[in-house]
Amino acid sequence: MAEATATQEAVQVKPKSEPLFGKKERALITDPLLDNNPITIQVLGICSALAVTTLVVPSVVMSIAVVAVIAFSSLFTSLLRNSIPKQIRLIVQLVIIAFLVTVVELVLKWLAFPVYKQLSVFIGLIITNCIVMGRLEAFAMANKPWRSLMDGIGNGLGYGAILILVAVIREFFGKGTLFAGSSLAMNFIGPGEEYMLNTTATAGIGSYFSWYANNNLMVLPAAAMFIIGIMIWIQRSYNPKLVDIS
Amino acid sequence: MSDNNRILLFTVAMTFTVALVLGLLFFGLKDKHAENEAVFNKRAILAAVGNYLPTPVDDLSKQQVLDIFNESITSTVIKEDGTEVAGVEADKVQLAKEKKKPESDRNYPLYIYNDGKEDFYILSVYGNGLWDAIWGNIALKGDGATIAGASFDHKGETPGLGAEIKDNKKWSAQFADKRIYEFNGNYTSVIVRKGGAKDPVYEVDGISGATVTANGVSEMLRTGIAKYSTYLEKIQLETPKIKAPADGKMGMLLN
Repeated sequence: MAEATATQEAVQVKPKSEPLFGKKERALITDPLLDNNPITIQVLGICSALAVTTLVVPSVVMSIAVVAVIAFSSLFTSLLRNSIPKQIRLIVQLVIIAFLVTVVELVLKWLAFPVYKQLSVFIGLIITNCIVMGRLEAFAMANKPWRSLMDGIGNGLGYGAILILVAVIREFFGKGTLFAGSSLAMNFIGPGEEYMLNTTATAGIGSYFSWYANNNLMVLPAAAMFIIGIMIWIQRSYNPKLVDIS
Repeated sequence: MSDNNRILLFTVAMTFTVALVLGLLFFGLKDKHAENEAVFNKRAILAAVGNYLPTPVDDLSKQQVLDIFNESITSTVIKEDGTEVAGVEADKVQLAKEKKKPESDRNYPLYIYNDGKEDFYILSVYGNGLWDAIWGNIALKGDGATIAGASFDHKGETPGLGAEIKDNKKWSAQFADKRIYEFNGNYTSVIVRKGGAKDPVYEVDGISGATVTANGVSEMLRTGIAKYSTYLEKIQLETPKIKAPADGKMGMLLN
C-alpha cells in the first residue's frame, strides 16, 4: 500500500518561503477529491466505505472523523518526522493514529452518543484504514507540517466525498429516504417505512412515488461494492490517464 | 547517544505522553459518558411506552428523559418467582450477565410508568438475533396482559434487514395492543410471523429478509416475558378481568 502511493507522490523539496495557500497547497486539497482519490483511484479504505454507507448521517459523521484523524495524524507525524527513529517509524505512526482515533471516539461518545452507538466498531477501525497510514508514510514523513495537514485534509475529504455520494445513492434507492435518523429526514420515493413489513400494508403518506419498491440490495454491502466499481469505471473512462497501465 | 537508547527514550516519552493525555481525557469525560449512556438506556425504556408519553420519545431532551424517569417511573428488581429483590437498582441489572447465573438467582429489572391514569409495566428481555445479541423493552398495560408498546435494539444485526427491529419504528409499533395472555389466562407471548401476521391479537408481521432475527425476537419474547409471568399473574388477579368480546373478532386463538 505504501509503495503504491509513494510512487504517485513526488517528494517535494522547496527551501524558499511558501505562501499559505499557494498552487501546490491547493492542489494538495483538490487532487485527492478527483484525480488522486483515495477510494476510486488508490482503492484504499474500501472496507469502511462498504460498511457504513447504508445511511447518509452515519457516513457524514464517519467522514468528519476520518478527516480529523488523517489531518491531525499527518500534522503530528510531520512535526515529529525528524525525531522519529527510522526503525520504529511505523509503530510511532500507528500510535499517533490510534491515539487520535481514541480521542475521536471519546469525543463522539460525549457529543453524539446515538451516532457513536450506531458507528460503534467502525470508529475503532479507522485505525486500520489504509488511507491514514498510507498518507503518513508516503507524504507526512517527508513534508513540512502545513503541507502535510493540507494533504491530510484533502485525502480525508476525498474519502468523505465518495462515502457520502455512495451513501446518498444507497439510502435513496434502498430506503427511499435521505438523512434518515436526523432532523432533516426526508422520504422521497417508495412506501416509506412500511416497505419491510411483508404484508399488504398501504403506502405511506408524503412520498411521491409510492409504487416504487425499495431495492433491498442497496442496503447490503454488495451494493456499495457495485457503486464504487461503477464510479471507478466512469472516472477512468472519462480520464484515460488514470488507467493503471502496469 | 546510541541508536538503541534513542529509540528507547522516544518510545518511553511517546507512551507516557499518549497515556497521560488519553487518561486525562477519559477521566474528564467519564461523567458525561455515563450520563449519555444512562439517558440512552432510559430513552429506550421510555420508547416502549412512547404512545403514552406527553411528547414523542425522540423529541425529548436529555433533561426531559431524566425528569420523566424521576417523576413518573418507579423501578424494582424481581426474581423469577415474583418476589422483589431489595438493595439492587434496576438500571444496574444487566441481563447478559444475569444469564450466566443459575436460574433461581437471576434478577430481572421492572419499571413501572404511571401516565397519571394507569400503570404500565416495562419488562426487559434479552436474546439472540442472527449475528449477536438482541434486547428490548416491552411495556404492558395495567392489566398485565396487553402490550402497550415495545422497543428493540441489537448489537450487530444486518442494517436494512435484521437491524430494522430497531430502525423501523413502524415495525415495533405493531406490538401495541397485542396480547401475551389468552383471555382464559394461558401465557402465549407474541409471535413474529414470517409472511405476515395470521392472528390479529397474538402475532405481528415479520421482516422481509430477516427471518432469523424475527424468530430470535419471538423466542426472546417467549422466554423473556415468561420470567415475569409469576409477577404478571399476580397483577392480573388484582385487576378486574377483561371479558373477551362476544363476537369473537379478537382472534382465532380465542377460547
